[in-house]
Amino acid sequence: MKEHQLTVIGGGPAGLSAALSAWEAGVTDILLLERDRYLGGILNQCVHNGFGLHRFQEELTGPEYAGRFIDMLESTAVQVKTDAMVLSVSPDRTVRYVSPDGGCQTVRSGAVVLAMGCRERTRGAISVPGTRCSGILTAGAAQRFINIEGKMVGRRAVILGSGDIGLIMARRMTLEGAKVLACVELMPYSGGLNRNIVQCLRDYDIPLLLSHTITGIIGDRRLEKVVVSAVDGRRQPIPGTEQVFACDTLLLSVGLLPENELTRALGAEMDPRTNGAVVYENMETSIPGVFACGNVLQVHDLVDFVSEESSRAGAAAAAYIRSGETPSRRTLAVENGSAVTYTVPQRIRVEAAGKGVQVFFRVNRVFGKSAVTVTAGEKRIARFKREHMAPGEMERIFLPEGLLALAEGNVITVSAEEAEV
Amino acid sequence: MKELICIVCPNGCHLRVDETGGCRVTGNACPRGEEYGRSEVLHPTRVLTGTVRLHGAALPRCPVKTRSPIPKEKLLEAARALCQVDVQAPVRTGDVVLADLCGTGVDLVAARTILPLQSTH
Repeated sequence: MKEHQLTVIGGGPAGLSAALSAWEAGVTDILLLERDRYLGGILNQCVHNGFGLHRFQEELTGPEYAGRFIDMLESTAVQVKTDAMVLSVSPDRTVRYVSPDGGCQTVRSGAVVLAMGCRERTRGAISVPGTRCSGILTAGAAQRFINIEGKMVGRRAVILGSGDIGLIMARRMTLEGAKVLACVELMPYSGGLNRNIVQCLRDYDIPLLLSHTITGIIGDRRLEKVVVSAVDGRRQPIPGTEQVFACDTLLLSVGLLPENELTRALGAEMDPRTNGAVVYENMETSIPGVFACGNVLQVHDLVDFVSEESSRAGAAAAAYIRSGETPSRRTLAVENGSAVTYTVPQRIRVEAAGKGVQVFFRVNRVFGKSAVTVTAGEKRIARFKREHMAPGEMERIFLPEGLLALAEGNVITVSAEEAEV
Repeated sequence: MKELICIVCPNGCHLRVDETGGCRVTGNACPRGEEYGRSEVLHPTRVLTGTVRLHGAALPRCPVKTRSPIPKEKLLEAARALCQVDVQAPVRTGDVVLADLCGTGVDLVAARTILPLQSTH
């Protein structure tokens, strides 16, 4: 059996960044496995710009952002294997994968980084009634057809869901000559970034129908029309509000699911709130020496934060290879309080936290002037002001070492509230 | 007074631009927001991205972008012009694939390095 110091699963932004930071931390024997023919992952089909403002202080397209990391990786001795599909990971950090050149292969590693990314929810996940005609596809699938394969998917489109991919595809379809009739959103607010509502919908006069959903799909072989209805406060369609849109294409942008089949089969503890693994402050899962980062851990909005998180995972994997398990006399569980839907990390080993810990979370509604509070038992140990928060925008707070030391008990809770006037 | 959402970065600041008093911008968190607010009121511009036909590579399309923003009203015309562009591999990020796109004075450049078919990347 072959052995490596570190195996990274996934060659998208998370895997690239994790491999690079492990290399920089002195790990010289790294294997990076990617199932596609190219490195870069989903960034390759994200030809729009807006990537890298945090990481590189300039606005790059997806392929350019990926290219920066691929160039950096090429100056290292990280061994890259594309066309390599991982079949399983075991708790002793044995990775089985299959590739056309070597067939089924097994490698054992000092540490493993899980960076498999996420996939889209499909029609089956949201139970839209209607016929099963062609012309209904996820926004990301349409993006791949158009941007990578050079195949146009339709001429008159409706988009269900206002997440960023849906918004980006509304503009992309328009620029490619299609007519986008509407972007339909179940919730009373968009799940995408404000800037995308402006530059993808308003720039092209595409209506955004908030608190609406699709209640009918009509088509024989190809989609012919969709029925859109307004919904009430409990998200139930209101009879009598139906509008019919004649269209040949329906794009679904209805959420992303971390792709964790390997993680579950490995037996790592999972978090039902994120659909990702439960991780400690250093991105380590409940299986020692196995780390997770990027969209397989939690679905991000910005690739810059994926790179940053993955860089920490790579550095932590390097530390594990060097000095073994992280000692922990005291572990704090991080829980979500009011209006917060999840936190990452879920656990903090206080002695291992170094200068402090970055905690990511999302809120469950739109906030104006507001505050994020961290409590330990009855005691409030931190308060962070915010001007604006929304479910579509991931929030983060930094808990410095001194603050963690203040926390009594084994649990800290992160909550959001409207600011007191 | 015009209210805008800044699109320079993901923060999406809520800007107010006073069109009368020399386009004073408020609500911005950074100098780039001020620049965006003023330009959005006076002459809005956007970076256009898309793909062009690619020959001699495993992939049929090469992603491209305008090197700098172009006038917003030119976007659809410029997007149509991309259909007329052919690129031969190898192509490198930053290579000019079409100079002076639609009379904007802005070059269209490749946004991905793509090697010819035979080469192993």
